[in-house]
Amino acid sequence: MAAKGNTYETTGEYIQHHLTNLVCGKTDAHGWTCDPHYADQMGFWSFHVDSLGWSIFLGAIFIGLFRVGVSRLSNEAPSGLQNFVEMCVEFVNENVQSMFTSAKNPLIGPMALTVLVWVFLMNLMDLIPVDYLPSAAKAVGIEYFKVVPTTDPNITLGMALAVFILIIFYSIKIKGAKGFFAELAFHPFGKYLMPVNLILEGVNLLAKPLSLGLRLFGNLYAGEMIFILIALLLVFNSISLGLLGVGLHLLWALFHILILGLQAFIFMVLTIVYLAMAHETEDH
Amino acid sequence: MEQSLLFVAASIIIGLGAVGAAIGVGVLGGKFLEGAARQPELIPLLRTQLFVVLGLVDAVPMIGVGLGLYIMFAV
Repeated sequence: MAAKGNTYETTGEYIQHHLTNLVCGKTDAHGWTCDPHYADQMGFWSFHVDSLGWSIFLGAIFIGLFRVGVSRLSNEAPSGLQNFVEMCVEFVNENVQSMFTSAKNPLIGPMALTVLVWVFLMNLMDLIPVDYLPSAAKAVGIEYFKVVPTTDPNITLGMALAVFILIIFYSIKIKGAKGFFAELAFHPFGKYLMPVNLILEGVNLLAKPLSLGLRLFGNLYAGEMIFILIALLLVFNSISLGLLGVGLHLLWALFHILILGLQAFIFMVLTIVYLAMAHETEDH
Repeated sequence: MEQSLLFVAASIIIGLGAVGAAIGVGVLGGKFLEGAARQPELIPLLRTQLFVVLGLVDAVPMIGVGLGLYIMFAV
C-alpha cells in the first residue's frame, strides 16, 4: 500500500499529499489549470473535481441501484435487492413518521432517504485503503486525488446549506414572513427585549447548518487522518511494523463502520428534526 | 522546543476531549440503563435515541483526536 512511499521526502509530505484535493480553476497567469499549487490564485470559481466527481458518481449509483431494485416488483418471490430497498424505505419511513408530526409534507420522506443513503455511500469510500485509488489515478497521470467526498468541507457544508435554505423556505411558507420574524424577535424574553432575542435566535438559526456540516466533515476527516497515519507504518519496509499496520487497519476499519453509519443516520435525523421545527406553528 | 510544544498541545487536545466525552458517555449510559430497568418495554425506542446522542457526544473528541494526530505528525 504505502510501500511506494519512497517518492515522498517526509511523513508530513505524504499526509499533505493525501489531504490535497484535485482543484481545477482559471488563473490569470496560467489559464485553465488543475494544479493545486495555484489554488490560491483561482478565486471563487475553483472546483474540487475529485469530490464533485465521486459524489455525483455515488449519487448515480444510489439512484440506479434503487431503480433496478424496484423495476421487477414481485409479491411472491421478492429478490434480495427488492428486500433491501424495502428495508431502507421502511426504516426511513418509520423515522420520519415518529419525528415529523407537526404538518404534512411529501418532500421530507424522499429527501431523508436520499440523505441517508447518499451520505452513507460517500462515507463508505473511507473504507477503501487510502493508497489504492490515488495510486491508480497517478498511473493515468493525475497527481492529486482525494477519494472520500465527505472529507471535503465544501461537500458537507453544501449539503447543510441546502437544508438551511429549505428551513428558511418552509418557515416563511408556513408561518409567513411576519410569523417567521416574530419567532426570531419575540421568542425567549417577550417583545421589549427584541435585540437580545434577535441575537440569541439568530445565532441559534445559523448554528444549525454550521454544526450539521462540520460534524460530518470533522468525523470523516479525523477517520481518514487516522487511516493515513496507520498507512505510514507500512513505509518502513519492516515485516513486524507492516503486520502491526494491517492489524491496526482492520481494528480501526471495524470501529469506523459504526461511525460511518451513525453519522449518516444523524445527518438524516437532524435534517428531519430541523425541518419539523420549521413547520411548527404553535404560538408562544 | 517548538516541536515539543506541538506534542504538548496535541496531548492536551486529545486528553481533555477524552475527559469530556467520558463524562458525557458515562451520564448517558447510566441514564439509559436506569430508563431501561424502569421500563424495559421502551428499550428499542431508547436505544435509537441513545445512538443518536452517542454520535453527537462522540463527534467532538473524535475530531480532537484527528486534529491532535495531524498536529503531531503532519505539521
